[in-house]
Amino acid sequence: MSARLTRPNIQLNEQGKLKHFLTLEGLKPHHLTEILDTAESFLNPHTNEIKKVPLLRGKTIMNLFFEPSTRTRTTFEIAEKRLSADVMNLNISASATKKGESLLDTMWNLEAMQADMFVIRHSESGAAHFFAEHVAPHVHVLNAGDGQHAHPTQAMLDMFTIRKLKGDVFDLKVAIVGDILHSRVARSQIQALSLLEAREIRVIGPKTLIPPFPEALGVHVYHDMEAGLEGVDVIIMLRLQNERMQGALLPSEQEYFNLYGLTERRLAYAKPDAIVMHPGPINRGVEIDSAVADGPQSVILQQVTYGIAVRMAVMSIIMSNAALLAQAQAEAVESPEQASSQERPE
Amino acid sequence: MKIIIKNGRVIDPSQNLDCTTDLYIARGHIVGLDTPPEGFEPNQTIDAKAKWILPGLVDMQARLGEPGHNQTGHIASETKAAVAGGITSLCCPPDTDPVTDTQAVAELIQRRARQAATAFVMPIGALTQGLKGEHLSEMYALKQGGCVALSQANQPIQNPLILKNALEYAASHNLLVILRSENHQLKNHGVAHSGAVSTRLGLPSIPASAETTALARDLILVEEAGVRAHFSQISCARSVEMIQQAKQRGLPVTCDVAIHQLFLTEMDLLDFSSLVHVTPPLRSQADRDALRLGVKMGVIDAIVSDHTPRGRDEKQLPFGESKPGISGLETLLALTLRLVDDKVLSLSQAIQLLTEQPANILGLNCGSLQLGSSADLVIFDPESYWTLHSESMLSEGKNSPFSGWEFSGQVEMTFFQGRPVYLANAV
Repeated sequence: MSARLTRPNIQLNEQGKLKHFLTLEGLKPHHLTEILDTAESFLNPHTNEIKKVPLLRGKTIMNLFFEPSTRTRTTFEIAEKRLSADVMNLNISASATKKGESLLDTMWNLEAMQADMFVIRHSESGAAHFFAEHVAPHVHVLNAGDGQHAHPTQAMLDMFTIRKLKGDVFDLKVAIVGDILHSRVARSQIQALSLLEAREIRVIGPKTLIPPFPEALGVHVYHDMEAGLEGVDVIIMLRLQNERMQGALLPSEQEYFNLYGLTERRLAYAKPDAIVMHPGPINRGVEIDSAVADGPQSVILQQVTYGIAVRMAVMSIIMSNAALLAQAQAEAVESPEQASSQERPE
Repeated sequence: MKIIIKNGRVIDPSQNLDCTTDLYIARGHIVGLDTPPEGFEPNQTIDAKAKWILPGLVDMQARLGEPGHNQTGHIASETKAAVAGGITSLCCPPDTDPVTDTQAVAELIQRRARQAATAFVMPIGALTQGLKGEHLSEMYALKQGGCVALSQANQPIQNPLILKNALEYAASHNLLVILRSENHQLKNHGVAHSGAVSTRLGLPSIPASAETTALARDLILVEEAGVRAHFSQISCARSVEMIQQAKQRGLPVTCDVAIHQLFLTEMDLLDFSSLVHVTPPLRSQADRDALRLGVKMGVIDAIVSDHTPRGRDEKQLPFGESKPGISGLETLLALTLRLVDDKVLSLSQAIQLLTEQPANILGLNCGSLQLGSSADLVIFDPESYWTLHSESMLSEGKNSPFSGWEFSGQVEMTFFQGRPVYLANAV
C-alpha cells in the first residue's frame, strides 16, 4: 500500500554483485554459493591450512568495533592479513559516540584516511545499513554483527562447516537451540539455511526466547527439546547471555540446562551422524554439557578455522566485484579518465 | 478589512454545508454566507470558482519546538508550516523544556504565538509536575493560564493511584484530560512493533499489549473518576474495539489517531529508515486497516498530525538511536483527503475529522465557518497536483517519510482571523 519507492538492495552494485555485506536477507542463493566456493579455494584440502595470498595488497581495512568481541575480531584480522591487506583496529566505546554527528564524523574521518573497507560491529540493529548508506561510494561495509539483526559472516561460516561435513545444506534438518529472540547469529543462520534450501529449520527454546512472530522467519518452533531434536542432521547451540537471567526471561541456569542443555542423552534423539555446532564462546554446563562440546560429534573448533576462510572469501569477492565494475564502466565509457567518476551509482 | 470570497464550494460539516456560495469577512470574522450583511463594501474580492472553502483545520497534537527545543523548530516557523497545510488552530503537548506545568510556560507559548500571529496555538498543560507522574500539577491554574486540556504527552503515568487521583482532580474542575495509554514495562525500551518485521530485523519490540493493557486500566479509572477523557494516538486494532465498547457503555471518551498510522505500517521499517521511527510504533497491516475502519465508523473522532520536527542529527542515526517523530503539519490535510480517494471516508467526514470534531472535543468554537466565528479558513484547489519534497518544507523539521509522495489538491490560501497568512506559490 505504501507508495514509498522500493529501494534497490543497497548491498548489491549495478551488476547485482555484492558491494557491501550487511545481511543475507535479499541475497540470491548464488551469492552464498560463491562465498562458500571461494572459501574452499583458500583452504588446503588436506591440512585445512590457509595460506597467505596477495589479493588485497595495498587495500586498507578498518575494523570498527563499537562492541567488544574477541573471536570475530581476531578471525577478521587474521583473514585480512592472509589477504595481505593493511589492517587497522579501532575499538570505539559506544558511549563516546552516543551523539549521531560524532558517529558519522568518526566514519567520515576514517574514510578520509583512505579506508577501502569497514568491518563494523555495533550494538544497534541496522547500524551496518546506516554506515553503508552514508559511506563514500568506493568504500565497502562488512557487517560483523549489528544488534540483534544480523551476523552474516558467522552464518556463512556455519554453512561452510555444514557443507564440509555433510556435503550440502540442501535437504538437511537443522535445529537451532536457545535464545533466538536476541540472537543476530540465529537470524542470519535461518536466512542462510532457507536460501540454501535446508529441508526444515527448527528453533527450540521457551517462548520468552523466541521472537514474537516466528512465522516471519519460516521456522518451526519447539518448546520441547527432545521433540525438537528428533531426527535432525545439525544442531546449532546458541550462547545464553548472562543478562537474560536478570531480565526474568528464565528462572535459573539450572532449570535452563535441565530443559534445554545439550547432553549426550538428548543428542541421541538426533540422527546418529548429527553434528553439533556453536558460534562460541560456549557456556559449559549452561547450554551444553562438556561431554558433548568435546565429543566426537562436536565441530565447534572447526567452525573457528573455517571462519577465517569464509571472511577472506567475502572480502576478496567484494573487492574483486568493485574492480570488475570499474573495468566494465571504463570499457563502456571508453575514455579511461572518466571511469572513476562514473563509478558512483546514480 | 472586508473581503468577499466568491463562487467557492463551501464545505463546513459543522453547519452541514456543502454548496457553492459567497463568503463575507469583516473585522476578522465571518459576517455573511450567501448574502452580504447590510452595507457591506468589500476592500477585496477573491474569485474562488472551482475551489473549495474549508474551515481552518484543528490539530490536537503538534510540537512547535518552543520552549526548549529551538534547534528543531520555533513557534513562528512551525505555525507557518501549519497554515501552509491548512491548519489554523493547534494544540501543543506539554513535553516542552521546561515542561508546560506552570501558567508562566503556558502564557509564554501563547504570547509567542500571538506575536507570530499566524495560527491559534493552544497549550496543553501537564497533568503532573514535570510530567514525572508523581505530583499533580496546578491544573486549575493551568486552565486559567489558557491550557485547553491536560496530558502527560508521551510519558504516561505508570502508578495507577496517582493516575486515579489526577483524573478525579481534573473531573472536579471539569477539565479535559488527554491520555496516551502505554505501559512502560511492556514497552521495555522497544523501538518497533512486536511483529513480523521486528522479528526479521531484530529490533527491540513493543507489543500491542503495551498499549491495550494500559488502555484497559485507563478506561476503568476514567469511568470511575467520571472525567472527560480523550485518548490520543491509538495504534492497535484492539484499542479501537475497546474505545468502541467504552463509548457503548456511555463513557465520556473520545480518541484520535495520528495520520501516519493510517498509511504506514511496520513494513516501512524494512530498510531501517529512521524517518519512520515514531511513538507509538507503526504497527501491522491489520492494525492499520482497523484504524481506518475506526475512522470510517466514527469510533475515532479526530485525526492529528502528531507533528514532531526533528533536526538532521537527531534522525541521522541507526534506527534505535534516532529520535522518534514525523514532521506532519504539511501533510495532514493532503493525506486525510487521500483517504477520500481511497474510499475510506466521504469528503465531509474527512473535513469533519479535521475541523468540527476536534473543536468539539476541545469545547472550542474554531473549525467552523458559522456566522460570527473567527475567519479562519482555507481556499483549496482540488485540481492542483503536487509532490512533497522534504527539503522545501516550511517546517524546520524536514523529517517526513512522505517525501516524494504525489498528492492531488493543494492549499492555495489560508486565512487566520480574516488575514491571509499563507499564499501558495507566493512570489
